[in-house]
Amino acid sequence: MAVLSTNSAGSKAPQMSSNKVATGLVCLAIVLTALQYAGLLPAWLHRLPESWIPPFAVWLDAAFNFVRTDLGLEKLTRWFAEGPLQFMLDTTANLLYGKKRWPRFEQIPWSAIAASAAVLGYYLGGWRLAVLAGGTFVWTALIGQWKIAMETMSVLLVAAPLAFCIGISLGIAAWKYAWVDRAIKPILSVLQTLPFFTYLLPAVIFFKVGPTAGAVATIIYAIPPMILMTTLGLKKVSPEVVEAGKMSGCSRWQMLRHVYVPAARTEILVGVNQVIMLCLAMVVLTAFIGMPGLGAKLLAMMGSFMLGRSFEIGVTIVLLAVTLDRLSKAWVVKLPEHFEKGTPWWKRHKYLLAGLGAFVFFTVLGQFVEWFAEIGRRQSLSQGKEIDTAIKTFLAFDIVQGTTEKIRYVLNVWVLNPFRDFLLSIPTIGFILLVVAGALALGGRKSGIYAAVFFGLVALTGWWDRSVITLYSVISAVILATLIGLPIGIAAARSEKWSKRVLLICDTAQTFPSFIYLIPAIMLFGITATSVVMSILIFAMVPLVRYTVEGLRGVPPEMNEAADMSGSTRMQKLWNVQLPLALPTMAVGFNQAIMFAFFMVIIAAFIGTQDLGQELQKTLAGTDLGKNFVLGICVSLMALTFDMAIMTWAERKKRVLGL
Amino acid sequence: MVQDQIAKTWMGTFMASDAPVIACRNVWKIFGDDPTGYLKKMPSGHSYDDIRADGYIAGVKDVSIEVGRGEMLVIMGLSGSGKSTLVRCFSRLHDITGGTIEVEGQDIMALSEKELIDLRRNKMGMVFQSFGLLPHRTVLDNVAFPLEMRGQDKHARRARALEVIKLVGLEGREDYFPRELSGGQQQRVGIARSLAIEPDIWFLDEPFSALDPLIRREMQDEFLRLQEMLGKTIVFITHDFDEALRLADRIAIMKDGAVEQCDTPDQIVMNPATEYVRKFTEEIDKSRVVHAGILVKPDQKGEGDPVPAGATIHALASTLVSDTREFIPVVDNDTVIGAISRQEALHVLVGSN
Repeated sequence: MAVLSTNSAGSKAPQMSSNKVATGLVCLAIVLTALQYAGLLPAWLHRLPESWIPPFAVWLDAAFNFVRTDLGLEKLTRWFAEGPLQFMLDTTANLLYGKKRWPRFEQIPWSAIAASAAVLGYYLGGWRLAVLAGGTFVWTALIGQWKIAMETMSVLLVAAPLAFCIGISLGIAAWKYAWVDRAIKPILSVLQTLPFFTYLLPAVIFFKVGPTAGAVATIIYAIPPMILMTTLGLKKVSPEVVEAGKMSGCSRWQMLRHVYVPAARTEILVGVNQVIMLCLAMVVLTAFIGMPGLGAKLLAMMGSFMLGRSFEIGVTIVLLAVTLDRLSKAWVVKLPEHFEKGTPWWKRHKYLLAGLGAFVFFTVLGQFVEWFAEIGRRQSLSQGKEIDTAIKTFLAFDIVQGTTEKIRYVLNVWVLNPFRDFLLSIPTIGFILLVVAGALALGGRKSGIYAAVFFGLVALTGWWDRSVITLYSVISAVILATLIGLPIGIAAARSEKWSKRVLLICDTAQTFPSFIYLIPAIMLFGITATSVVMSILIFAMVPLVRYTVEGLRGVPPEMNEAADMSGSTRMQKLWNVQLPLALPTMAVGFNQAIMFAFFMVIIAAFIGTQDLGQELQKTLAGTDLGKNFVLGICVSLMALTFDMAIMTWAERKKRVLGL
Repeated sequence: MVQDQIAKTWMGTFMASDAPVIACRNVWKIFGDDPTGYLKKMPSGHSYDDIRADGYIAGVKDVSIEVGRGEMLVIMGLSGSGKSTLVRCFSRLHDITGGTIEVEGQDIMALSEKELIDLRRNKMGMVFQSFGLLPHRTVLDNVAFPLEMRGQDKHARRARALEVIKLVGLEGREDYFPRELSGGQQQRVGIARSLAIEPDIWFLDEPFSALDPLIRREMQDEFLRLQEMLGKTIVFITHDFDEALRLADRIAIMKDGAVEQCDTPDQIVMNPATEYVRKFTEEIDKSRVVHAGILVKPDQKGEGDPVPAGATIHALASTLVSDTREFIPVVDNDTVIGAISRQEALHVLVGSN
């Protein structure tokens, strides 16, 4: 105890002073803002004068051009795009939807794929997964989206394995060599906060428009978690297993191949799951650079406000996501089991044989009965128009219309617009001071310094107003999400049953590609600023609820019992025991909500915003790589500032609480 | 010793000299940022706590010890006393900071990576406290693993693995995965794996600590049976004194990285070298450890029926209590080597000094 108390006293001293500094900074910011309102602030203090802004975009462009043409990188990437990558994409495309390119293969009948998927599902997780996997493909075929779904899958089939291979190699390298680890870490954290539009343009420039660029952007986007999970898994291998390997006389390669990688199986497979999910999310988003498939169709349908068809495509995407997620997760927990001695060969491999059998049967059947091979446009069961009408009728009800109108009005006029205008009215310097103060109070001096540097850079790029608008969308959506999500989480955490249900919903919702979240928002609020905030809100609420439940349920039972035995009421227990102990975990959820919001706000540019996302989306049409990067980095820097401050706070708090 | 002879005949070739299998001299293993540099600068006579105050941990502290052929040396001490570290130095799972370790006359720190791998592939086996089994391999594949690593062909390694699996009594479970077995069975797999390559030197790092007491007892019996059959050179780690007494030819007691005393169980019980060792041995029933041979006074002859030198005092209890002689003769291999004082033996029996 004595040691503990001196420790906490020791860490308190510097925090006190940084709190004082933070208060000082806030006061300064208030004074500056007040001066601004009084009209006494010189213009150069309100916003940086144009002439002060260094031409980052031009410099970056020059650098890119140098790498691209002078160093000949473009030749290499173009060769890769037109050679091996194109070949792989053609192969999967031919197999899945008969793209009729060299190498020519026949299109695999949809029924054969559905049947094989069902067998795989049964092998991995019993009847439920069999129905889910088989049903997803049957639905896709019947609803008449087979071709576009397979366009998406053909890229996924190439991108996911490549991302896995690159990710696991880099992960092993980072685990083995400290210098690789040091080099990769900062790049990874930037990559994970970089808005996806920033992946897209370089992909287009270096790898041409269409599937190749889409595949490359997808691969790059999906690599970081694979690296992290690989390193994590390898580090966790039990030292005794390692020593057993060494004492068995393994060479280095044998150690890696036979000891480390198999022992890290679980983490590596979790990485595979994440790779698949991120690939799917990204493949859908590459619609923005002309990648055909589900994403492109959804984009087109939403653009022309055909809600019924958008809804159907949304369902397909969700089903695919859930299927891929559940299958890969079932693979993680699937452990080998032995067969009794003398089990015949066919019994040992019965699932493989059943899968092959189903595949061959339906392929042959497809040759004779056209319906089993391909479902024509006329035959599909799509109810797009009917759903459209249904949704429109529903929205036209007075109550519904009145409610959405009212929400929109209140939010826009009383909350969102005033808040935005207020944020924009704060002088640049004042705004930075506020952010630094926040970071200082939360994460200490280091976070404060990073916040100053990062936001200073954002100001220097000259995109300040658009950055503030981005930030405004993020902050307002996250605050609203907190107001709604926190009570839900707290209520759910009260019972075991509801916690499980809510966690399952959150888990499932997290597998949906982000694009999906736009659909309900657009349905209810049309193409307006409110739906931007709404889509971010729904998206950001998922981690908030999830971590709130997990944090509250994670409170050690003896603490709860101690509180009960001390005679505290439910409310007292919640406020004095559960919430304080759950707070660090909840902070992680809050942080993730902010990260998700930064991600979503850029996608929401599609609806029409005035922020960085809008500018980013505009750059996709051209070749303005410099500007694209500057904008992307702005988003990334802002997100990193929050990430660093909140995570530092959560970790310190956890340590202090001894969790 | 008898076991020596068993070992020598069993191994067929034995060296003319009684050169130790493992010989380590002034071995140091220090953990920290720059252990080698620190050891060079460190003044002699630094204690464990002095070293710790400098920010280093002395895992092994100036240990000199030898293990003879066919001998079973038990290293014991509390957790953190450095016993596991010392054994990992013997097999070079840890590189030592100072001193030399020779295995069969070869300085193992001078071995190249390839030579070290060869040594482990052909001469050494090791059993781990939490088994260290590879979770994705069946019992058969786990046991055959060291054979696979040295490139033996599939049929040969399968045959050998089945042989060892039978030896440890796991026949019929070859296709099970480790998680499908109980703790005791898992450790049998670990033992089988370590024996698969027919090692000369066998390291066992607290092999039975993770098992519950009944199984532990059973495994100890099993282990003694194996040892009688195979006669390996063994370094056995335990923190359980009873286990040590049951198994050991010699016991080394460690504290803070240093060996406090290394001697036969009799000697450790009767003549503890330090206060720490004395405290360690205080609680045990000495009569079950001490043999008549150790109490022999060569200048005494005694009269009447002799007792064997190898019998424990506990085994002689009824003779000692009912007899009236002052000195009882002791024989070793049919020759009288002296006599024990009955009074002294009774003191041992009742535990008074």
